[in-house]
Amino acid sequence: MKLELHKIRVSQLRFGPSTGLDGSCLVVNAEELRALLLEDSHLADVTLDIAHPGDSVRIMPVKDAIEPRCKLEGPGEVFPGFIGPVETVGEGKTLVLEGMCVLTTGRLVAAQEGIVDMSGPGADYTPFSRTCNLAVVLRPRDDVKLHEAEHACRIAGLKAAHYLASHCKGRPADSVECYEAPSLREGLAACGDLPKVAYIYMLQSQGLLHDTWVYGVDAKRILPTLISPTEIMDGAIVSGNCVSACDKNNTYVHLNNPIIRELYRRHGKELNFAGVIITNENVTLADKQRSSSYAVKLASMLGVDAAVISEEGFGNPDADLVLNCVKAEKAGIRTVLVTDEFAGANGASQSLADSCVEGDACVTGGNANATIILPPMDKVIGDIAQADVIAGGFFGSLKPDGSLEVELQAIMAATNELGFNRLGAYTI
Amino acid sequence: MSYRIVHYINQFFGGVGGEEKADLPPEIREGVAGPGLGLAKLLGSEVEIVATIVCGDNYCVSHQEEVGAFIVETLRKHDAQGLIAGPAFNAGRYGMACGFACSAAAQAGFTALAAMYPENPGVELYKAAAYIVPTSDNARGMGAALPPMAALMGKLLRGEKLGSPESEGYIERGVRVNTFYEKIGAERAVDMLLKKLRGEPFVTEYKMPVFDRVTPRPGVEDMTRATIALVTSGGIVPQGNPDHIAASSARNYGEYDISGVNDLQAGAYQTAHGGYDQTYANQDPDRVLPVDVLRDLEKEGRIGKLHHLYYATVGNGTAVSNARKWGREIGEKLRAANVQAVILTST
Repeated sequence: MKLELHKIRVSQLRFGPSTGLDGSCLVVNAEELRALLLEDSHLADVTLDIAHPGDSVRIMPVKDAIEPRCKLEGPGEVFPGFIGPVETVGEGKTLVLEGMCVLTTGRLVAAQEGIVDMSGPGADYTPFSRTCNLAVVLRPRDDVKLHEAEHACRIAGLKAAHYLASHCKGRPADSVECYEAPSLREGLAACGDLPKVAYIYMLQSQGLLHDTWVYGVDAKRILPTLISPTEIMDGAIVSGNCVSACDKNNTYVHLNNPIIRELYRRHGKELNFAGVIITNENVTLADKQRSSSYAVKLASMLGVDAAVISEEGFGNPDADLVLNCVKAEKAGIRTVLVTDEFAGANGASQSLADSCVEGDACVTGGNANATIILPPMDKVIGDIAQADVIAGGFFGSLKPDGSLEVELQAIMAATNELGFNRLGAYTI
Repeated sequence: MSYRIVHYINQFFGGVGGEEKADLPPEIREGVAGPGLGLAKLLGSEVEIVATIVCGDNYCVSHQEEVGAFIVETLRKHDAQGLIAGPAFNAGRYGMACGFACSAAAQAGFTALAAMYPENPGVELYKAAAYIVPTSDNARGMGAALPPMAALMGKLLRGEKLGSPESEGYIERGVRVNTFYEKIGAERAVDMLLKKLRGEPFVTEYKMPVFDRVTPRPGVEDMTRATIALVTSGGIVPQGNPDHIAASSARNYGEYDISGVNDLQAGAYQTAHGGYDQTYANQDPDRVLPVDVLRDLEKEGRIGKLHHLYYATVGNGTAVSNARKWGREIGEKLRAANVQAVILTST
């Protein structure tokens, strides 16, 4: 498999009569996009808004972040199972609108949607303060049940992202990145004596709005499986996740998984990137045991020397992380774990809910319980009254002057466990 | 820039007396006293000890609120930026007093540093709250204790970025501090993996914790006479969440009377938990806190009775230190109420 990402740099967004690029400015026909999204009868209303880096704007509560992409060549279409048919993706050419993002927001789907500040101290903690954002404010019909509303909001974000990219076809790319995903036979024979490294990619699947979708399949119903990294770049993995904003993997970070990027960068030089294994984080012990055994078995079948294991979420999934680590190390596969921490507001509590001696190499995205004061912004997109119920905000977190006292937990992707950020933590 | 600090010592090092003077209330000496003389020389011209608090160890330990307020007031009155305490070596109550004094000062925003023997009980109690420099177990180690105290105090006052506890010479506080690294996490992870594979030394960013293990109690011999209590981290609370238990990282727990309640009705009870989809818990709160089933068992005579109070908090992201504290409190309340067994439900 070979995939080319044709990246077009977007440095500005504005509304206008016809959707498409004007230089590096993406013009959006708001009425056309609204009409497209309102085809879904679950939605009562959709409004669109724009936020640029540095603006005095707070967007909340944010459900998902999606980078606009569409296929230029090759089988299928991005976000298979939702936008595209359930055809295998990851080959050919894909258009990417880089530097921008679709953020879905509006009525709270659950108590765990995030905050994106475009400027001020909170902006340092979210990668989406650095993208030009099209905020899609969604209001499901009052009689739509919670799970249907989540579904409708999820699809709306994907549709909007695909719509925007599709209207930029024909423009030459600013840069083209090429990713090869060879057959196992070729891949494993390549790279001489370099150590073979797999990526064990844990997907949130605790259920009840803690869901991830693979080719449209609920990840809690999968056995761990192999997937090509290029399939992920085409949106084979979609977030349906409403767990804490700081460390849920939104669709944007799946598309741009930095561990995959890093393993590609070192491939052929320091290591042989042998494959990606996706696994889940179900809630029952039997599921945890089955999935961890199966994921490690696949890694053993690949004959890898080592694996990077990334977690999604915290608490209950810490048990899956530990099982994956213990079983891999016992199988002779050296591991590095990527997680984040819930060490209490003072940082003095235990960071993880489970532990193992084999987990001697951890990278962390930082302590999500650390608190921060977010000063008032000139404009709020979404609904600021939700701050009191968003996880990470606590009662009284909305001050009369409009500032918010919250844990980093409430900030979108603040302690991302795919290693997306520079944030980490150390012990004093 | 020069800094002003206050030195905290006990009755013995203040020259008042030994054990018989341990009830001495705190008093202020202007300038240096006792070990402060040696400390002042090491601190140099940049840091001045402007006052010394002398306090009996027993008095400090048994009058914490008063002594804490006294310390903070003294720091403010003397326009000081920091408090240095001890060294306490292996004197248990002195160590606890030094640790407490530093935690009170640190809480009020002052720079605070103590020194004592690593096995002094004051270390375990206060290391998270303040910097503690390790010393030998008795006062013969005074000469060796003072230089690292002075050096670290200077760095802390100047706000210098500290290295690891080992390199800076203080006892690891076990406190996690966020920082922005130069590289993103993914790059750090692959760097670490390659080092691990090559057998090169690497430093994990987080040492996995060692957990408490609780030995289960023996089974209840006669359930038909036992009083059973319900305790949940699943967030079931009376409608409206009267104690404002947070959806995540709870800061409290609630105690609720269920006398005469046979079934938790939707609309009368709800969940405050933000870590799971609330739909099914709100439809029927008994799904998380099974009052209905316990009432059935009570009627059938299979249990003695259901305790009339239940306890609830939210487990989602809640700090283990809080959970441990509340667990202990709830346990004591249940024991006082003569409850024989508890059913703990999560989510």
